[in-house]
Amino acid sequence: MSVTPTTPTETRSWYYRNQQAITPWLFLAPGILFFAVYVIVPIFQSFSISLYEWDGLGTAEYVGLRNYEDLYWEFVDRDAFFVSLKNNVIWLVMYLLAIPAGLFIALFLNQTVTGIRLYKSLFFFPFVISQVVVGLVFSWFYDPTFGLLNSFLGVFGLGPVNVLGNENLVTYGIIFAGLWPQTAYCMILYLTGLNAVDPEQIEAGRLDNAKGLKMLWYIILPQLRPATFIAFVVTIIGALRSFDLISIMTGGGPFGSSRVLAYYMFEVALSEYGFRMGYGAAIAVVLFVIMMGFIAYFLWSMYREEKGAH
Amino acid sequence: MRSMIKCAVAALVTSTALAGPVSAELNGDLKIFLDTSNPAPRATMEAMISRFQEQHPDLNIETTVIDREAYKTQIRNFLTADTPDVATWYAANRMRPYVEAGLFEDVSDLWAEPEIAENLASTKGAMTIDGKQWGVPYTYYQWGVYYRKDIYEELGLSEPSNWEEFKANCQAIVDSGRACFTIGTKFLWTAGGWFDYLNMRTNGFDFHMDLAAGKVSWEDERVKQTFMNWKELIDMGAFVENHQTYSWQEALPFMVNGEAAGYLMGNFAVAPLREAGLTDDQLDFYQFPAINADVELAEDAPTDTFHIPANASNKEAAREFLRFVVSADEQTEINNGANLGQLPVNAKSSVDDDKFLNQGFEMLSSNSPGGVAQFWDRDAPAEMAKVSMEGFQEFMVKPDELDKILAKLERARGRIYK
Repeated sequence: MSVTPTTPTETRSWYYRNQQAITPWLFLAPGILFFAVYVIVPIFQSFSISLYEWDGLGTAEYVGLRNYEDLYWEFVDRDAFFVSLKNNVIWLVMYLLAIPAGLFIALFLNQTVTGIRLYKSLFFFPFVISQVVVGLVFSWFYDPTFGLLNSFLGVFGLGPVNVLGNENLVTYGIIFAGLWPQTAYCMILYLTGLNAVDPEQIEAGRLDNAKGLKMLWYIILPQLRPATFIAFVVTIIGALRSFDLISIMTGGGPFGSSRVLAYYMFEVALSEYGFRMGYGAAIAVVLFVIMMGFIAYFLWSMYREEKGAH
Repeated sequence: MRSMIKCAVAALVTSTALAGPVSAELNGDLKIFLDTSNPAPRATMEAMISRFQEQHPDLNIETTVIDREAYKTQIRNFLTADTPDVATWYAANRMRPYVEAGLFEDVSDLWAEPEIAENLASTKGAMTIDGKQWGVPYTYYQWGVYYRKDIYEELGLSEPSNWEEFKANCQAIVDSGRACFTIGTKFLWTAGGWFDYLNMRTNGFDFHMDLAAGKVSWEDERVKQTFMNWKELIDMGAFVENHQTYSWQEALPFMVNGEAAGYLMGNFAVAPLREAGLTDDQLDFYQFPAINADVELAEDAPTDTFHIPANASNKEAAREFLRFVVSADEQTEINNGANLGQLPVNAKSSVDDDKFLNQGFEMLSSNSPGGVAQFWDRDAPAEMAKVSMEGFQEFMVKPDELDKILAKLERARGRIYK
């Protein structure tokens, strides 16, 4: 058999020649596809819908930037949009309390005594149960007539306080309920972080006579920076997308004073009385811009850190 | 061979003829979507559908029951994609978005049939948009004041026949350490009921409808008068405290426990009140009394309806189902006390012998000359209903903010009606 050997480069297919470059993209393709279809494209769709007036059923009417103009006037008149935006800011600030609270519990639980695994699980438990359940439990807790909170206050001759019925307290009441699972989340992040703390550095700190708060501030916390960063990111995002608790506990009430942007968007576009898709999309765009600000900041600081590491 | 086939065919024909005594031979699938998710209405509907199935054995009926609140948002999806053949909804303005989007089938042909035209005349108006009918009603119910008769007797009070008596009663009840009325405004619409009655009694049905249609300013003196009447009750302490935190169901215990003496509600409140242990000796009903003697009494009587989506695939069977639902016998059956416990829409049906149904039927048929409204959130456009009911709730909590609230509603009016 004398067959003229063909040179390998000729038989090799185009794919074979380029597989080093292509394979990663092939593996990424499903992810990219779904990310594009379900995340990227809808962003642009939201932008475009926000320029229309549309009830979701009939034909859409192009109105330019009128939806944004309406939002602006709602802001100036201190109407629903203003309230939502204000509540979003309150959420952002108050929700961050979950980070120190989580850190505190993590430090407290980071010890070896009998049954510590059980205690850790119990502290982590609220994060596992559904937000809906958390909301229900807390609305019973706050109930002005039968709730535990008012029975408790009654012992000291205080109250009753209708937390969820008072337009000044309602947002704080909901945030407090939200902090319960969020603290558990931050706690678990810090617990894993604490596992990675270098014992030698602690030893060295001890030799230099560091203890208590000084030890925490100068030796432990710097090593927990990655955990803090992640906790910060998830808490900020969690605060901006707060929706379930509001929907369960108050439905945005009383008279719309516990709305946040995410809930307001749902209300005008998709709820029982909502038929303003364009307006809802405009709110979504505003929310997107705010989130984008944070996300850009996070990406930038992550980038800077990686650069610094090299 | 041929004779055998003939035989078989003949046998088949006779057997189907025996099985289906009703003339219409319906087959294929019939998909029915219901929002009657509460236990009693659900059982009623399922029993009714099984009776329809018996009449049309060849029809493959598929029933889907969706949670009543969830239904209100899901309807927009299922009317456009994966459409059922029959769906429940509400009358008047509440069906307008779907009618205007061409998603409901025009069923004027059914309304032209004598059987329906003659017997359902009273609800025709509520089903009509642009001179055409877009569905059929299957039940309606009265609104009014349900009250604790034993408490009234204890305090020596009687059913009020005018606004002065109404307020005097209320004052007596408040003085006895109770609230006159329980209400839970968390989901807003209950406050809409109060507004309906106060405004219809103060300014009349026509004015009320003009307001719902956006023809009158919210800052009009007459609207203010309605709120002033409301404010009298609020300042008196007529309503239970913290109502903004409760749903209408959560407000029931106040009445059951005797902490509140009455409830302005639809007739559907009777069933849970009875279940909670109130007997008919303790519970009674009166029509909301006149406030302004110059306007005729008008009532709220929301109508629940069946529609055929425009994209339905088996419209013939769907039409037959609609005919079946409004037939006199079915109407008597599904609206009786053991089932929906509401009023039948067919004039030839009989009203079940229930104290509240009889009073309601009497009231709506002879003592509501001004007209019959559907309910605020069905008469006003959805957006306006939402904004205004939020305003009503705020007003009930902070009555002194009235001017600010009305200014906000007036701004909303300028935006919503064009």
